[in-house]
Amino acid sequence: MNASARTSEWLTGAGWRRLFRDRPIVPLMGLLAILVLAIEAADPGIISPEWTGVIVRASIPLAILAGCQTLTMLTGGIDLSVAAIGSMAGFVTATLVHSPGGVAEGIIVALVAAALAGLLTGIGVGVFRVHPLIMTLGMSFVVLGLSNVWQLQMVQTGAGVPEQLRWIGSSTLAQVVPYSLLVFVPLTLLILLGLRRTGYGRLLYAIGDNPVAARLSGTRSWQVLIVLYVISAVMAGIAGLLISGLTNTASVSLVDTSLLPAVAAAVIGGTSILGGRGGFGGTIVGALILTVLTALLTVLGLPEPTRQVVFGSIIVVVAAAYTRVTSES
Amino acid sequence: MTAVTTPAGAPPANSARTVVSWAQRSSWTIGLLGLLAILLVFTKIIQPSYGVAGIQGLGISILPLGFAAVAQAVAVIAGGIDLSIGSMMALTSVIAATLMDGQSAEYGLAVVIGVLILGLLLGAINGSLVVVTRVPDIVVTLAMSFVWAGFALLVRAAPGGAASPWLMNLVTGPFGNPWLPKAAIVLVIVVAVVWIPLARSRMGLSLYAVGSNQLAAFRSGVPIGRTKVVAYALTGLFAAVGGLALTASTSIGTPVPGPYTLESVAAVVLGGVSLAGGRGGVFGPIVAVVVLQIIQNDMTFLSFDPNYALVAQGVILIGVLILGSVLESRRARR
Repeated sequence: MNASARTSEWLTGAGWRRLFRDRPIVPLMGLLAILVLAIEAADPGIISPEWTGVIVRASIPLAILAGCQTLTMLTGGIDLSVAAIGSMAGFVTATLVHSPGGVAEGIIVALVAAALAGLLTGIGVGVFRVHPLIMTLGMSFVVLGLSNVWQLQMVQTGAGVPEQLRWIGSSTLAQVVPYSLLVFVPLTLLILLGLRRTGYGRLLYAIGDNPVAARLSGTRSWQVLIVLYVISAVMAGIAGLLISGLTNTASVSLVDTSLLPAVAAAVIGGTSILGGRGGFGGTIVGALILTVLTALLTVLGLPEPTRQVVFGSIIVVVAAAYTRVTSES
Repeated sequence: MTAVTTPAGAPPANSARTVVSWAQRSSWTIGLLGLLAILLVFTKIIQPSYGVAGIQGLGISILPLGFAAVAQAVAVIAGGIDLSIGSMMALTSVIAATLMDGQSAEYGLAVVIGVLILGLLLGAINGSLVVVTRVPDIVVTLAMSFVWAGFALLVRAAPGGAASPWLMNLVTGPFGNPWLPKAAIVLVIVVAVVWIPLARSRMGLSLYAVGSNQLAAFRSGVPIGRTKVVAYALTGLFAAVGGLALTASTSIGTPVPGPYTLESVAAVVLGGVSLAGGRGGVFGPIVAVVVLQIIQNDMTFLSFDPNYALVAQGVILIGVLILGSVLESRRARR
């Protein structure tokens, strides 16, 4: 392809379209930059290292929950149980704060319980072929109910969000760098490398892209799916612990409000709910976009209801833009 | 129940075969009805005082979720899913309660009609967005659930308003026989009046066709876009009836969406509607709602922690699906 052909390609928009399709993270960063400029224009001087720290800190749990959605969506699934599992993890840790094993015991119990829930979900989806939407929905009823029972039994022991969780969830280094990055950065590297460089990551894409072809080429998709839903549940548990530390609260419905934004962040980040396309990088930017957008709407003084309306509309517009661009090829 | 696929003018000679094939197609609903009967007997055994009061309470408590389940069933049959049902119910409920507050009965009737039209419109907007943007249904309706819930909060920031007295009378108390709750009659009549003529019409056939195989439907000349918009408009209509039922049974409007969206998905699946689309009816989900509610009541009678009812609901949901998939794979192996 010579230089003039390349120029004309950019002029007609075909090149832009391909950029959008193959590297969605680039236009997403553009959208993020526009939102940041808009918030600076709305409230000059708001942008500072401290502000950035606050935004990043708020985005981290959302990005992890959106990561659960991304990984499951890659296989054509979805995980609606992350809210119940995340809340449960934070809650269980808070109720075990005075136990002999202390915080460590609480966190281990919480994450093992999360993994168990994920294992059952994975068996349902992988072995018994239950629709992931329904399987995770049913699992969230089970987990929420059991958390409520646990709540009634533990109500007399006294509880509180442990000091260590508050530190990792809400403290920042020099008012700027949130310590939750200590959890998030390794997790992100693991997911990004796992998706790009390991056979397991490839299998996730393969199952989502064409389950029949994946099966015929020897993939045991039930094993892949069981592991996937365990990973997703443990990530949801980690996100729940961070949210509980960030907000210094523990309740059985703590994470509920983050469930739909998490799905939205994954969709905005370019992951297809139909499976086979997307990645965690876009999802992180999607979570940042949603957090900055919420901050912008707050700065503009819009009341909460109006914010919800704008929030929903933007999801439709961005998703429509994706569909348009990716289908015209 | 799934009357749509019954040929309209079937010759009388085939009536026995028609009944058998109807029973085969409706086997899921018949099974659910059997389960319902067993549960009622069980309830009577564990709670000998269960009677008129219990049935009346059951009638009123299933009403909002019953309509939500029918709304979801229509969307799912047409191959979609609507995650904004709870929000549409909240929006229509607050609008009705706010406008009816302190007004005359005639004005209240006008409000009811207006709210029903609004429901059709909300649903049509959902459907048009699905068709025009070609974004997966689940994403569009998820996003619209924020939008409709936001509007509901704009109408009224806190629960309040009032329902017209006649609207509340319409759903409370017995209908003639004390064993017949008015609420159940309203539920069945409203659904039957809207759904049965539609299901027997050309449009009804199109709904099932689009749901079961969109490409095949398109090649047979079914207008996909129009059918989907109609399906979502109907979903909106039933959600609006559900919103009115909420207002009528609680006498106020609450702007925060209840758990109806996800529970309606659960009821639809239990009611024998395939999430893949194109299979099932609207009466199975209604029976499923009644079954779920009775199980919840029974657990209260057995003085279980009410939270186990939630666990039971999840386990039943998963268990039924696993059973269904095991049966299906058995049949496929034969």
